[in-house]
Amino acid sequence: MTIQQLSAPGLLPDQSSEFVNNLPSRYRLALFWQVAFLASTILGIVVLTALLFNIVNGAFGLAAVEVKVNPDSLAKEGVPIEDQSKEQLIQLLQETLKPAVYQRLDTEKPFDKRSRSEVYALVIDRVVEPKVMQTWPLFDSLVHRDEVLAEIAAKYPEAEVRFLSWINFKFLTTPQSSQAERAGVRTAILGSLWIISITIVVAFPVGVCAAIYLEEYARDNWINRLIRTNINNLAGVPSIIYGMLGLAIFVRALEPLTSGAAFGLVEDPTMANGRTILSAGLTLALLILPVIIINGQEAIRAVPTSLREAGLALGATRWQTVWAHVLPNALPGILTGTILAISRAIGETAPLVVVGASTFVIRDPSGPFSKFTALPIQIYQWTSRPQAEFRDIAAAAIIVLLALLLVLNVTAILLRNRYSRRL
Amino acid sequence: MQSKERMVGGSPEAIDLRRKVHIGEALIQGFLFVCGVISILTTLGIVFELGRESLGFFTRQVWENTDKTLATAVDPDSTELSLSRGGTGIQAGDLIRIENEIMRVETATGEVAIVVRGQQGTEAVAHPANTTLFRGRRVSLLEFFTGSKWNPQIGHFGILPLVTATLITSVIGMAVALPLGLSVGIYLSEYASDRARKILKPILEILAGIPTVVYGYFALTFITPLLRGVFGQNTVQIYNMASAGLAIGILILPLVSSMSEGALSAVPRSLREAAYAMGATRLEVAVKVVVPAALSGIEAAFILAMSRAVGETMVVAIAAGQGPNFTLNPFRSAETMTGHMVRISGGDLSYDSIDYNSIFAIGLLLFLITLSLNIISQRIVRRFREVYE
Amino acid sequence: MLSLKPIAHPGSRVREVAEVGASPHDRYVIEARGLNVYYGSFRAVKDVNLKIERNKVTAIIGPSGCGKSTMLRAFNRMNELVPTARTEGEVLFHGQNIYAPDVDPVQVRRRIGMVFQKPNPFPKSIYENVAWGARINGYQGDMDELVERSLRQAALWDEVKDKLKESGYSLSGGQQQRLCIARAIAVKPDIVLMDEPASALDPIATLKIEDLMRQLAENYTIIVVTHNMQQAARVSDYTAFFNMDEDRAGYLVEYGPTAEVFTNPRDKRTEDYITGRFG
Repeated sequence: MTIQQLSAPGLLPDQSSEFVNNLPSRYRLALFWQVAFLASTILGIVVLTALLFNIVNGAFGLAAVEVKVNPDSLAKEGVPIEDQSKEQLIQLLQETLKPAVYQRLDTEKPFDKRSRSEVYALVIDRVVEPKVMQTWPLFDSLVHRDEVLAEIAAKYPEAEVRFLSWINFKFLTTPQSSQAERAGVRTAILGSLWIISITIVVAFPVGVCAAIYLEEYARDNWINRLIRTNINNLAGVPSIIYGMLGLAIFVRALEPLTSGAAFGLVEDPTMANGRTILSAGLTLALLILPVIIINGQEAIRAVPTSLREAGLALGATRWQTVWAHVLPNALPGILTGTILAISRAIGETAPLVVVGASTFVIRDPSGPFSKFTALPIQIYQWTSRPQAEFRDIAAAAIIVLLALLLVLNVTAILLRNRYSRRL
Repeated sequence: MQSKERMVGGSPEAIDLRRKVHIGEALIQGFLFVCGVISILTTLGIVFELGRESLGFFTRQVWENTDKTLATAVDPDSTELSLSRGGTGIQAGDLIRIENEIMRVETATGEVAIVVRGQQGTEAVAHPANTTLFRGRRVSLLEFFTGSKWNPQIGHFGILPLVTATLITSVIGMAVALPLGLSVGIYLSEYASDRARKILKPILEILAGIPTVVYGYFALTFITPLLRGVFGQNTVQIYNMASAGLAIGILILPLVSSMSEGALSAVPRSLREAAYAMGATRLEVAVKVVVPAALSGIEAAFILAMSRAVGETMVVAIAAGQGPNFTLNPFRSAETMTGHMVRISGGDLSYDSIDYNSIFAIGLLLFLITLSLNIISQRIVRRFREVYE
Repeated sequence: MLSLKPIAHPGSRVREVAEVGASPHDRYVIEARGLNVYYGSFRAVKDVNLKIERNKVTAIIGPSGCGKSTMLRAFNRMNELVPTARTEGEVLFHGQNIYAPDVDPVQVRRRIGMVFQKPNPFPKSIYENVAWGARINGYQGDMDELVERSLRQAALWDEVKDKLKESGYSLSGGQQQRLCIARAIAVKPDIVLMDEPASALDPIATLKIEDLMRQLAENYTIIVVTHNMQQAARVSDYTAFFNMDEDRAGYLVEYGPTAEVFTNPRDKRTEDYITGRFG
């Protein structure tokens, strides 16, 4: 059906002169807007692509790397360091490092307990000390490779050209550092996992119970209406406000509990500090509670009334019916909603900053009363630094975060499919 | 068999229908109720803490440097101060502070002031000449809402710079998200084939699921260089509100499009068919029939988006700049309410400082703004529901 | 022998069922007195007085929306699950008013079971479907035996005995409904309420359910709501005809032995309905 066909005289006989045949112009307008609507949608996809491209662009690329000590000069009796024994390498470390540094490394983990490859990594890291002078984003590295190489040759004649992936095994397993090359996200990942575990342990049962109450027990009276309206309003409160609540209640008012001092877990009570994993986890729990409740309510509402009636007609009590029939059938929906809420919590940054994420943590969190950092905090701090290398590792950390979210969402889908098959 | 079943059926005497005390059931129900009430406690906690700390902000004694000094030294028991010329005038009734001692001014004439010593539990001690006088005052609501400088540390309490920056970033975000989001919503609801919808909706969900800190990174490392490339390095500062606003727009786009799509597809089929049967084109059906019918749902989406934009934190904290700046130029750097709260609380914040109180005052204002927006949005949605049920 | 005592609603012609002189508690198992059910301000059932005889099948018939199902659900307090519902009047079960404040609806439903319009087995195994109600009500006996006996009574045993572990949803619609009946009788109720139990089924499955009702009447009192008059005529001993007034409130028009209600209706409205002039 084209404009020409429809407007062709004869096909649409002009029966009355009261109507002007305006179809061609109407169709032109329609086509214009259809294109505009489609273009908007495509623009949305383009932006998403740009966002992902921009991240990958930062996390990989060519780099000019200069070394402080040429590894060839470290060869002993013609044996290059790659082939030297563990003992030789330890000796090398002892000779070149400052005694204090050597001592500290030995206390962290005694040298005779380290494997040869660990010692070798230390030699590269501490003695050879490769330093990234400048990096180029992935796009330039691939498309304008020759120009980049020429630039490196001109600016850093000593440097070695490497294709660098900021995201690698070392990045995942080393703690934070003040140098981008040595920094990793180990503490941040562990911190995020700790915080989220606390969030789940608190928010999931409370949220599900509240949803059960509202859907299965609550009568239509003022207090229940108040709870319902209130939950909807809470879902729209900016996350930073939850951060302030966490700061005032968990960090400050409940400091003895959240710092662990009340349990005798802090050596010096005057140094007790409520800015702990526990406070962060509880704050995020309050933040996602409304989301879990609303999703839970929807899942419970989706369970057919006939099942409840069948249970009750057999002389079962409310709770027996809920426990045996309503909950098992609502569970896939509840779990999916919870996982989505948790994905939101994992990416939350502002409340954690307000609650008091530490700016520099290199020790793994040891429990709920440890100081904390988290992946999004790390991303925020690295992005805020002016140096390009830190932007690059921020991109790498974003990839880790997005991968974590992806894993969670896939889990949600699998869980949902598995449970719905059972029905 | 039959008689046995009759027995099971029960004789009248055996039947006891009376309510038994189900302690377990009652406990469970009580526990579930408590879980439901936690949400109310959360709200109360927010209102109470924000209110209390804000009250601390507005009742706090702040000390303002008067640029006046003592002309001569004073003894602990002298009530007459001779003051240097210049600086801000001192009036009867003012509280003044010299070193750690607080005094109340009885009368003040030019360079001489009669004071009551040792106020508010401070001790009257001797002060040497040339010591600076500080005048005590409170933050007034008028100053809070109309002052154009924000720096609580040195006695500037005007929230306007933070509010204008919030407004500018939000308005830019809305300018991006509303037309685009509505267009995407109309496309998904009225034009897209089932297959296209199946591909497009997950993409929007992915966009909606990306943490905001990632959008901050995107604004700083992609949008800002783009803007500086287009408008020139000198026009656009490295940290600027425009880039943050655009990123906020992208961030709330999925919210607007999915909510409007929901409202549009809830419009009954019959309405569309009626319009088609009168010879309307698809655009006319979409824009002149379906959109007006779904208008309240779309309005609700817009207002909710506005609330999200105002409360958005990480994007502005990363990309909009640090430090309050009273400007309307979107290419300059300025700090929003949320951005300021994050920066202040990110440092080592001591609990009784003016900074600590001030971010709660900002927080209270932010909470009230977003709460009113959310309530308006819910009202509109409720009205919208009544139309089709 | 046959004494007529018209009760209550003006215009309703309730034939008092023949008294044989026995105590009413033995002969009648449940009785509604001045029963009114409201949904909010809407009155769904108006001033109903009805006595149900033990071990008989009583059918409730009437046009759509006349409150038949509401009436049925008033017998075991299922109406309470609708938040706005409110009941006035009495329902005497073995002489006790089940709406008395100290009566526990859970106890009532344990004694007065229900089978619903659409088969609604639990999404569990066939065995679990039957055993669950007995278990939560503290059944101490041999569960396997109870499951088998209930399924046999519901005429389902032979069809499912080899797949007790399979989901209740693996059965056909008619089998699912018989499973629901087995589930209801496994807790050994006095009365089984059936709300159009065959309306979602094909004719053959319907026939099986009807046969089953007749068999069950040997051990249980059955009250069945149906919109199918042939069904009422085939399976029931007594029939109650409901109609609705100008406010759409349902009231009892005529009640008596099925044969009489169908062959010799006393009320014009009953006759019109039965002969298909309205409804």
